[in-house]
Amino acid sequence: MKISAFHLMPHRELPEDFEKRYPSVWVTPPWHELADPARVGQYYNWTLDELLFAARAGFDGVCTNEHHQNAYGFMPSPNIMGSVLAKATNGSNVAIVQMGATLPTNPPLRVAEEYGMLDCISGGRLIAGLPLGSPMDVNFCYGITPMEHRERYRESFALVLKAWQSREIFAWNGKYHQLANVNLWPRPIQQPHPPVWVPGSGSISTFDFAADHNVCYCFLSYSGARAAKSMMDKYWQVIEKRGLEANPYRAGFLQLVVVGETDQDAERKFARHVEYFYHKCMHWPAPYAAPPGNQDYRSLEATAKNPVRRMEDPKTLRYKDFVEKGYVIAGSPATVRDRLKEEVIDALRVGNLMVLLQIGSMPHELTLENMDRFAKKVLPDLRGQWDDEGWVNHWWPEKLRNRAEVPA
Amino acid sequence: MSESRTIAVWQDRVRMRVHAKGSGPALVYLHGPWGLVWDPFLDALARDFTVYAPEHPGTSPGVPDDIYHLDNLWDLVLCYDELLDKLNVDQAAIVGHSFGGMVACEIAATAPRRARHLVLIDPIGFWREAEPVVNWAEVELPHLARRIFRDPDGEAAKRLLGTADDPEARVRITWAMGATGKFIWPIPDKGLKKRIHRVKAPTLVVWGKEDSFVPPVYADEFTRRIAGARLHTVEQAGHAPHLEQPDAVARVVREFAKA
Repeated sequence: MKISAFHLMPHRELPEDFEKRYPSVWVTPPWHELADPARVGQYYNWTLDELLFAARAGFDGVCTNEHHQNAYGFMPSPNIMGSVLAKATNGSNVAIVQMGATLPTNPPLRVAEEYGMLDCISGGRLIAGLPLGSPMDVNFCYGITPMEHRERYRESFALVLKAWQSREIFAWNGKYHQLANVNLWPRPIQQPHPPVWVPGSGSISTFDFAADHNVCYCFLSYSGARAAKSMMDKYWQVIEKRGLEANPYRAGFLQLVVVGETDQDAERKFARHVEYFYHKCMHWPAPYAAPPGNQDYRSLEATAKNPVRRMEDPKTLRYKDFVEKGYVIAGSPATVRDRLKEEVIDALRVGNLMVLLQIGSMPHELTLENMDRFAKKVLPDLRGQWDDEGWVNHWWPEKLRNRAEVPA
Repeated sequence: MSESRTIAVWQDRVRMRVHAKGSGPALVYLHGPWGLVWDPFLDALARDFTVYAPEHPGTSPGVPDDIYHLDNLWDLVLCYDELLDKLNVDQAAIVGHSFGGMVACEIAATAPRRARHLVLIDPIGFWREAEPVVNWAEVELPHLARRIFRDPDGEAAKRLLGTADDPEARVRITWAMGATGKFIWPIPDKGLKKRIHRVKAPTLVVWGKEDSFVPPVYADEFTRRIAGARLHTVEQAGHAPHLEQPDAVARVVREFAKA
């Protein structure tokens, strides 16, 4: 299987009373009260250094993503980060996993072009995440009408795929984009196009979309595998119903992980950073996540009539709860390995695992320690998962599918 | 009770249900962001007028996806123009509440002959940086009643919003906000300021004194920008004065629109 290091690029030093003083970590956190550009420059550099450390430590890929006006993750352009990572990892077998440039907040041609650039710079090591984007980013920060969010996404997705592949110059007469001469420079190295991953948060219409387009569906969850089980089961039902093979590499999953020498060591070192993440970073008013019109009518009805068990308020939980409930998988290397295998890889049938190892306020040195221990003591035991079943990871750059276990 | 019928417009892609009651000159009522519920205000108007109350595209039962056939405000205004033709209403008193007030104003600016009288009840349509209109999509459903109404526990609030634990009401309200929000997101200034000079109808602006969504400065702005318009402020009412004080508001509107 493939295991990649994911990074959110959070603010690591929010004030102790942040969640009491401010209504939201997203959309409205006041920059001038909370941040200092020079210090933020240090965060960006730490983030890049941490991902490069992961690349050298043996992870299969490095992942960045896009958020806006968000103190828990502020890479408004993941491709700027990806370009540094692509250049610095040249000659290695590490995939550049862009999770990625959100389609409704970008001109789609720019996404197609920048991914073309990244694939060229990296020598064909790009994984092209094409996210729908959250309502906070797309509707509240970028002003896209909630009811047009998915429609725009679908049009942009089709345009990007066609721009990569068309041999001829073509005209695009869409509802949201009209272009008389689409003639992409540069085209990606990978043919017919780089592997496409579509991140989602469990919405049924995204399962269908992923199956229709034969992409890797990635559940980017902050509440762990147990909470994701019923949703991922539904995804696999959709795959089965379409008569598609149940290839585990059709599924990606993001899991928070902290590894200590022992379970106690993990708690001692990481507990406060995990609590910082769930208490301060997961802090926004409920309506931000669901503006009217963002969900289509059928999903709205389904949610209203069979409400998904309302996620418990993470502010009432402590480290031990987050660990016990599986929001974060924590402990000794053996504990982490066993839980990842059982609760994530096997239970959700995941071939493309992403792990978040820098969490909230976790400082640079401790992040490297977490990454190092994971790479040395957990990753080698998991890498061979699924090998016995002989699946091909069609959603991984072809030249990297059979990488040697020793990092290049 | 009112009678309803469904009229297809927009190459039959948009099915609009219209409630009608009463006799006399035509009066068209355009509802706000939370959907149409027939109420005592409309009953009172039906004593002097033939009241037509269309439901905003997509908000009628069974046709939620019709809203996807309208891309922008121009499409919506033309839809109403077609609807009025199909109702054989050449000219009417047009009354609109909140979002419906903005649409009423756009219709009166696009086709001035359509509006015999224009009544705008806490309308939106402008934007002032110093006094923004609240985006009601940011308000949690259980808190909506206390933001729209002065009395969140009154009959008017229950009639419009139902109860918070009723899933059907939640779907109806949320979808109505989505389908109307399509034309005003994220800021409800869609160019009315460039067109409003075209309004020729005698205009009454009605304002709930305790409107917590749209600051009173907008009441002045509408009154100022429409030649000859006058403002009537309603005490003991929030963003929906005609629902909270139906008798008082209906009396003012009837007198105005009969003149």
